Amino acid sequence: MVLELYLDLNSQPCRSVYIFAKKNNIPFDFQKISLLDGEQYGEEFGKISLIRKAPALRDGDFCLAESIAILHYLAEKFKTPDFWFPVDLHQRARVNEYLSWQHMALRMHGSRIFWLRLLIPKILGVDVPQDKMDAALDDLKHSLNLLEEKFIQDKPFIAGDQISLADLVAIVEVMQPLGSGLDVFEDRPKLSAWRDRVEAAIGKELFDDAHQTILTAQERVSTMDASKMQVFKPKIISFFL
Amino acid sequence: MSTAEVRGPVEVYLDLLSQPCRALHILLNCAKIPHKVRTVALRKGENKSPHFTKLNPMQKIPVMVDNGFILTESVAILKYLATKYDVPEHWYPRQPEKRARVDEYTAWHHSNTRPHSTKVFILEVLFPTQSGSPVDSMRLTRALSELDDTLDKLETMFLRRQPFLCGDDITVADLLAVCELMQPLGGDRDVLQNHPPLQRWRTRVQSAVGDSFNQAHAVLYALRDRRKAKL
Repeated sequence: MVLELYLDLNSQPCRSVYIFAKKNNIPFDFQKISLLDGEQYGEEFGKISLIRKAPALRDGDFCLAESIAILHYLAEKFKTPDFWFPVDLHQRARVNEYLSWQHMALRMHGSRIFWLRLLIPKILGVDVPQDKMDAALDDLKHSLNLLEEKFIQDKPFIAGDQISLADLVAIVEVMQPLGSGLDVFEDRPKLSAWRDRVEAAIGKELFDDAHQTILTAQERVSTMDASKMQVFKPKIISFFL
Repeated sequence: MSTAEVRGPVEVYLDLLSQPCRALHILLNCAKIPHKVRTVALRKGENKSPHFTKLNPMQKIPVMVDNGFILTESVAILKYLATKYDVPEHWYPRQPEKRARVDEYTAWHHSNTRPHSTKVFILEVLFPTQSGSPVDSMRLTRALSELDDTLDKLETMFLRRQPFLCGDDITVADLLAVCELMQPLGGDRDVLQNHPPLQRWRTRVQSAVGDSFNQAHAVLYALRDRRKAKL
C-alpha cells in the first residue's frame, strides 16, 4: 500500500513535505485537503490525525502529524541522501536547532503576515488595525534578520555547504508572506542569494510547482467562498487581532 | 579529532527557573551524563551580559557547549545528548515509528504546551513581580482557558490510554511537557488539578526520574514558598 500524504499547498509545512517527497522520488498518494474549508475538522480526517493539522501522513496503519516529524520519518525510511538530515552529530544538531527555533519565530511571524494582509481583510472582511500590522511586520523583520545573521551567516546553506531540511523548512516559510504581496527579498541581497541557491538545489520546476498555489493566492481570494470560514471567524479574530 | 585533545564533560548554561532548562537538567542527572552546570540567573539579567551574549547572541537559555561545539534550543540539545551518550534508548527511541511519535510531540510542544503554560506563569507571577502591578485577571482567565484547551488536547491527542505521551516508556517529550506544566506552581497554581489522567501521568514521570525531579524543581518550589510566606 502506497504512503498517503494529506496536503494543502497553501500551507507552508505541507509544501516542505511535498517538495521533499517529490525531490527524493518517494512514491505517495497526494490526498488533497482544503484547510480554508475546514476539512481538517471532518470525521474522515480525524481518523488520520487526531491532531487535526496538515500535513499528515498515513503509512499503512501508522499515522503521523507535524511536518518536522514527517520529514524525519521519510528521510529515515527512504534513506534519502545524507545531506538532508546528516548522520554527523554536529551537523544534525544544527539542523535540529533551526527546526526547533523556527516554530515560534519565522513560522509564526510569516504566517501572521499572510493572515493579516490577505485572509483576514479579504475573506473575513475585517479591517486590520495599523498598529497590529506594524508590530507583525517588525516581528517578521526580526526573524528574517536572525535567519540571515545567526543561521545562514556566511555559509551557502544553514547546515553548511549543502541544502538540508532546515533550508527546506525555512524557504517555504519565507515564501508565505510573498503570497500576500509582501516582497520579503527587497533590500535583502543575502536572503535572495540564499533563496536562489535553495531553489537551484531543489530544482526550479519543483520549486515553482510547489509554490504555484500560494503565489496565486491574491487572485484566488477574490473569488473564494467565504461562508465556510465564517464559523472560524471569532477564533481567528481572537488569535490574530 | 586527535588523541592529544582533552575531551571534558559537556557544559550547560541553565537557570532552573526556566522550563526547558529543567527538562535538560533532569535528563543529564537521570541518565548520568557527565556535565558541568553554569548558572545564568535570568532574574539578574545575566543572559544579557557581554560574556553570555558572545556565547549566544539570542541571549536565551539553555545553551550547551560540548568541547567548543555550541548548541541552543532545548529540543536539539536533548536529542543531541540522547544520541551521543550511552543513555537508555527509551529517552529517544531509534525505531522509526517510535522516534516519529517523539518528534511529533516535540514539534507540537513549541506552539501549544509551552506558550500556553508560560503565559499563565508570566501573568500570575513574572509581570506582577517585575512591574509591581496587580494581576490582570481578565487576561489570566483567558490564558487559563486556553491552557485548559491545550491540556484537553494533550490528554486526547497524545496521552490517550498510554502510560506516557509517546507510548509505554518515558521519553524526552514527557520531560519537556512536565517541566512546562510545573511552571505555574511557582505561583502556587496546579494547572493539572482538573485533569486526573494528566495528574496520574505526572506522578508516573516523577517516579520514572526519581530524585532528579525534585532536584530540578527545588528553585521553583522555593519561589512558591517565598511567595506564600509573603501572603
